[in-house]
Formats: sequence, C-alpha cells, structure tokens
Amino acid sequence: MYEKFIKKYAPTKDNLIYILHEIQDNHPQQYVSEEAVQEVSEYLKVSPAHIYGVLTFYTMFSTKPRGKNIIRLCESPPCFLRGSEQILKKLKESLDVKIGETTKDGLFTLELCACLGVCGNAPVMMINEDVYGDLTEKKVEKIINDIKGRQE
Amino acid sequence: MKFYRSHILIGIDDSSLQSGVKEIENSLRQELDKNNLSDEVNILETGTLGYFGTGVSITVYPDQITYVNITKEDIPEIVSEHFLKGRPVRRLMLDKEFTSKYDFGYKRRIVLENSGLIDPENIEEYIGTGGYEGWEKALTEMKPNQIVEEVKQSGLRGRGGAGFPTGLKWSFTAPLEVEQKYVVVNADEGEPGTFKDRLIMEGDPHKLLEGVMIASRAVGASKAYIYIRGEYKLCIQRLQHAIKQAYDYGILGKNIFGSDFNLDIYLKIGAGAYVCGEETALIESMEGNRGNPRNKPPFPGVEGAWKAPTVVNNVETLANVPSIIKNGADWYAAFGVEGCTGSKVYTILGDVKHPGLCEVDMGTPLRTIIDGYGGGIKDGKEFKAALVGGAAGVFLPNKMLDVKMDFNSLQEYAAVLGSGAILVMNEDADMVDMLWSVIRFFRHESCGKCSPCANGNEILYRLITDIRNGKGKEEDLEHMIMLSETMKESSFCALGQSLLLPVKSAIENFREDFLARMK
Amino acid sequence: MKTLEELRKIRQKAQQQMKLRDSKHRVKVVVGMGTAGIAMGAREVMKTILDEVSKRNLSDVLVTQTGEKGLSSMEPVVDVIEEGKPAVTYGNIDPEKARRIVAEHIVNGKVVNDYVVVTEQK
Repeated sequence: MYEKFIKKYAPTKDNLIYILHEIQDNHPQQYVSEEAVQEVSEYLKVSPAHIYGVLTFYTMFSTKPRGKNIIRLCESPPCFLRGSEQILKKLKESLDVKIGETTKDGLFTLELCACLGVCGNAPVMMINEDVYGDLTEKKVEKIINDIKGRQE
Repeated sequence: MKFYRSHILIGIDDSSLQSGVKEIENSLRQELDKNNLSDEVNILETGTLGYFGTGVSITVYPDQITYVNITKEDIPEIVSEHFLKGRPVRRLMLDKEFTSKYDFGYKRRIVLENSGLIDPENIEEYIGTGGYEGWEKALTEMKPNQIVEEVKQSGLRGRGGAGFPTGLKWSFTAPLEVEQKYVVVNADEGEPGTFKDRLIMEGDPHKLLEGVMIASRAVGASKAYIYIRGEYKLCIQRLQHAIKQAYDYGILGKNIFGSDFNLDIYLKIGAGAYVCGEETALIESMEGNRGNPRNKPPFPGVEGAWKAPTVVNNVETLANVPSIIKNGADWYAAFGVEGCTGSKVYTILGDVKHPGLCEVDMGTPLRTIIDGYGGGIKDGKEFKAALVGGAAGVFLPNKMLDVKMDFNSLQEYAAVLGSGAILVMNEDADMVDMLWSVIRFFRHESCGKCSPCANGNEILYRLITDIRNGKGKEEDLEHMIMLSETMKESSFCALGQSLLLPVKSAIENFREDFLARMK
Repeated sequence: MKTLEELRKIRQKAQQQMKLRDSKHRVKVVVGMGTAGIAMGAREVMKTILDEVSKRNLSDVLVTQTGEKGLSSMEPVVDVIEEGKPAVTYGNIDPEKARRIVAEHIVNGKVVNDYVVVTEQK
C-alpha cells in the first residue's frame, strides 16, 4: 500500500530519509507503521533494524499514530526566554493533553522541538507545515479554534 | 572658493512645495541675514530628503541633523539655537532612532544583498542584479586553481562556527585525482537563535547555488548536495524551484555554457537532529543512516560522502563566494578586519526592541549591533547578559559588551563567534533558568554515540535541575565546570565539547544568580 | 540550454524591468514572503492586495514577492516601488492596513505615514 510513495525514489539507501518523510506525510495519522517499514526494507534491501534505528534517531519521525495536526512548540533558549513555558502550559490546558499525547478527537498531537529558526518572532510553534510567531496565550487559543473550525 | 561652516540641505519635492517650502526657505535666508550668518551658512536646494510625511524638512551638515515638519514660525528658533548657540532644537529633530534603527545596512551587505529585495522564485531577477556573473567568470576565464587562490586571498573563513579558512579547505581536495568528488552544503541550521542561512535560502536561493557551482568547479566536483534540515519547508521549496530553473537556463547540467564542465546539484532533507550540523554526522545522515559522527581523521576533504573526497561548507560561507569571484579578493578583503575579512550576519534576539537580523562588517562591536540594529533593550529595562554564538556560546556580562565581533577578538574573551546568534537578556532573566534551558537542549540533542557526552549531559541536567529547584549546593557549581571540562577533553565531536563555554561563563559571570537559589 | 550571450541579454532585460523602465507597470508592490513574514500573516496580506488590485482593475500595478529583510519585529513587510521615487517600506501590515495602502498610496499616490518603517535613502 505504500508502493506509490516508495517507488518515486531510486532504491538506494541514501533515499531512506526521503522515503520515510513521504510515507509519514501521506499517512492520515502522520506516522511510519510496521508494514511501511517492512515494505521499505524490501525495496531498499536494508534491514528493518536499520530503518527503526533511523526512525527513532530523528525527532521528526514517529512510529506511533499521531493526530491530524502536529503542534511542535520550540523549547530552545530564545523561545524559552520569551515565554515558551507559558505557551506550553496554555496548550496543555486547552488541548487537555500532555507532551507527546494526541487529543481524544485525533485532531492534535502536542510535541516539543528544537529551534525552528524564526527566533525574531519568539515564541514560535509549527503546526504541520505552518509556522506561527510572537505567540501569546490569546493567539494560541485563536489558532487552535481556527483549525478546529476548519475541520467541521 | 568660499568656505562655509555649515550647509543646509532643503528638500524640494511635491509634498514640501505643498507645505510652502519656498516661503520657509525665504524666511530662513532672511533670518540668517539678520544674524549675520549668511557668509557662514550655505543653503542648498535638493530633491526629496527621503522622509515622507514630514512636510518641510532640512538637513544640516556637518552635524547631520535633520529637522522635520518645520514651519515659518520655527525658523527664528532654529537659527538662534542651532546656528548661533550650537544647540540643536530637539523638538524638531527627526527621531534619530527612526533613521538608525531601521538601517537595513544594504549598502554593506554581501550575502544578503538581495534578500528582501528580489523575487526569490524568479531567476531573471537574480540575473538582473548581476547574478551568475561570478559563475560565468569562474567557468570561462579562470582555472580551478585560480579560483582556489582567489578565495584564499580574500581571507574568507568558514561561517559555520569554526572559522576555518575556506580557500585552504578547498586546496586539500582540489589536487586529489579521483573519479568522483563532492561538494556538500551544510544547510542543517540548528544552532538555537540562528536563521541567517534560512534567509539566504528563502530570499536568494540562486546566490547559494552560484556559490556551490563555483566551489564545485574549484575542487573538481561533478555532484553537489545541499543537506537541509527538514523543518525548513519554505527553503526546501524555494531551492527545489531554483535548481529546476538553473537547469532550464543551462546554468546547471552537462557542458555548461559550452564548456566541458558538468554539474548536478541535489537536495538532501534532514529529519530533526542538531548533531547533523557536525560535518561527518551530516554525511552519515545523507547516506541514509543515523546521524552519528565519524572518527577524524580521515577528514571529509579526503574521505567523505561515500568514501569520496568531500568539501563541506556552510550556506553563508558559499554565499560569499560569488561576490569574491565577481569583484576580486581585494574588494572582499576591504570589508572587515585583519584576519577576519568580509561581513558577518548576526541574529539579534530576546529582550531587544527590534529582534531580527543584520549583516555588518566583521569586527563590529557587540554594543553597536545590540543598540544600533536591535534598537537596545525593550521596555526601558537594563541589560543583563548576552548569549553570543548560539546555545554553544558564551554568556557575556555588560562589561564585555565592547568586544569586537570577529573570530580573533572574541577569542581574547574566551568567547566564540559561533553561528552569529546574539540572545540578549534583560535584568529579569535568571541565569539558572537560562543555563537550564541550554543544558536541556544539549541533553536532548546528544546522539548517544559516546559516553562523555551522553552521560555528561544527563548529569549536568540533573545538577542544574536540582539547583533550579532549590536543592543545589555550592560545590555543585565547581562540579559542573569540572564535568564540562572533562566532556570538552573527551567527547567524540563538537556537540559534547560545547557545554564548557555556556556552563563556565554562566557560572563565572553570574555566580550570584546560582547562589541565590541555594539559600 | 542557453548561451552566455543569451544570459547577458536576460540580465539587461531584467535590469530594466526591475526599475520599471519601459514597463507597462507603474507601481510594484512587493510582499515579504519569508517564513517569518508568513508566520506573522503575510499570506493574508498578499491575498488582500491581489484582491484589491483586481477589484479596482489596476492593470498597471505589479504584485510580487520577496524574502526577508531581517527586521523580524516588523513582519509582515510590504514595499511600494514607483519609478523615480524612493521606495517605501511598510511594516506590521495586516489585511486592513493593506487595503488602506492600496487605496491611499497606490491609487491616490499618498504615502500612508502611519505604517512607514523606512523610505529608501538615495
């Protein structure tokens, strides 16, 4: 079932990270499943152990199902200085999840990440491909509600 | 020729004409006459002075003071105060901050000369600014060894943090006679507080590509890779687009411009790992592995990607190269200071009025960057510390703010230029919290390959967390410094070796913050 | 595949166009579309400007994009460029402010001082 994503790339090991990105981005639950690892392993002739090694090394990959929208809040020093802890508290409260958890409706997963390189607008977070800057508690609430509104 | 002590430039444009500039100019002449100053002060009409919405404005030289929104009634005051008593009329002066803080510095920009001005998705705009002239010259007029020589002469040093001379790096790989060599761009910009490379790739992707092309020709590589972090979505899109355009225009590919030189450029995407900014870890990741660093030597210049000689350069380093080739080494060496030529891009962050980025000459004092470009400290607070060089940088107190920002001057303060990030903290910041945040970052990013870094970071994190929670003891501070010294001596790569700088500088320069948590 | 000669011609043509010389465009509006700009709402600003320009049928206005200048605290940033006049850079623009810039500056030629960050220094 992952064939169409995998076969876009030549069967060489250096394409592994590309392929894993492609599989994860196209999965509704944004993760790389055991079946996917099996298929990639056969295609690239690389052991599943190697693939799991890679998957668990890089923070952007997940081997567990996640929500439709992945919130990555930056916790690096520049955002920390500008109040990311406060934003984290707000996100935990309004989503009613802990770090790494997914909301019951499957809409959001809350994660922490390292510097996103938008530090002039700290604190920042990324939701899927979009970056949001100069975050305040009020702004966070609006962003979350807007996304919720778009799902209905 | 008549000698005047002052010149007044008076701006004549549509807006000032409407505000009665002519009448004001007349009364200015009369007032100067009345005070016997007409022989000393000269009035010159000029076009718009460039301050919109400020009615009639004049600029006085050599004082370089601009008065804005002036009316006929203000003239006597200006003449008697400024020209007779030598005291500027403050209430009419253009807010100095207005002009200085918004100086984008484009006149002295090299790597970011186009970012924020041209359309990054239109190759023709880049070509229109003189883009690919350096590539043309490198390909048609210069031999590879001449390119290496020119870059050596320019004094360009790597902008990734270590500051290794770029020309010298190339000269190790260039003479090797093997079938395949590579140029790899380190675009894994992960140092907290740094986004200079992002601006180059998003705002002027062809500038980077041109640098890659020239480097590839210099060292004889027919393939180049740009390893870019997975979080930089827009950079990835813009670079993909730019590479495609370069092929369409025949600037990349086979027999470029009818020469015998072939070059292909590929993108490699990371997936979130700070350690991949280390060049050998980056190569491992590019090959489809975990990003664990390799043993050095052999250095990548001799044995790098797929065991072939590989030159790894930072984005900002390569973005300097087109201008060096186009304008010559001497032109470039005129920027900056002895031993550290050219410009440097700094990101100014934290508790400043205007966080952002600037490109200034190497050797510009830290204070100038914080006050001139960052607008000083926000909300009228006091400066407390600046973390200079990224998370792997040094916490500098107020008394060290006059340090010149270049590789050599910073060394005297046991500090580093690093990635050029300047995180400014005001009086409210607590160094225990800040150091905790820095150590938390390294603890998370340690790759786990070597014990000093993996275990060292864990112990440092426990110690600083205890101190933060009021459970620390004074001897823990010495323990932390000793531990990070050991990590510096024994860690496999730069990641584990980096902790010493922030740990030692925070504890030594701001010891009182740590002791306050122990009462 | 292009030759060097063709490249030089493209360079000349592009130089003219960027200065709006011999162009059908009177005004160029440039929206800063770097990550920080987009994070602060540049997409909505771009959309609004395109919207206003097409609603008013302004065929001599060119709307385009650029990267970041580096002044993160002023994002989203919009430049208005007219031939022979200093370029004006506006900062902290939102859709409402963008509408005002189109109406007052682009249509009526009056700079909206309230939002000016800097004007080009020649």
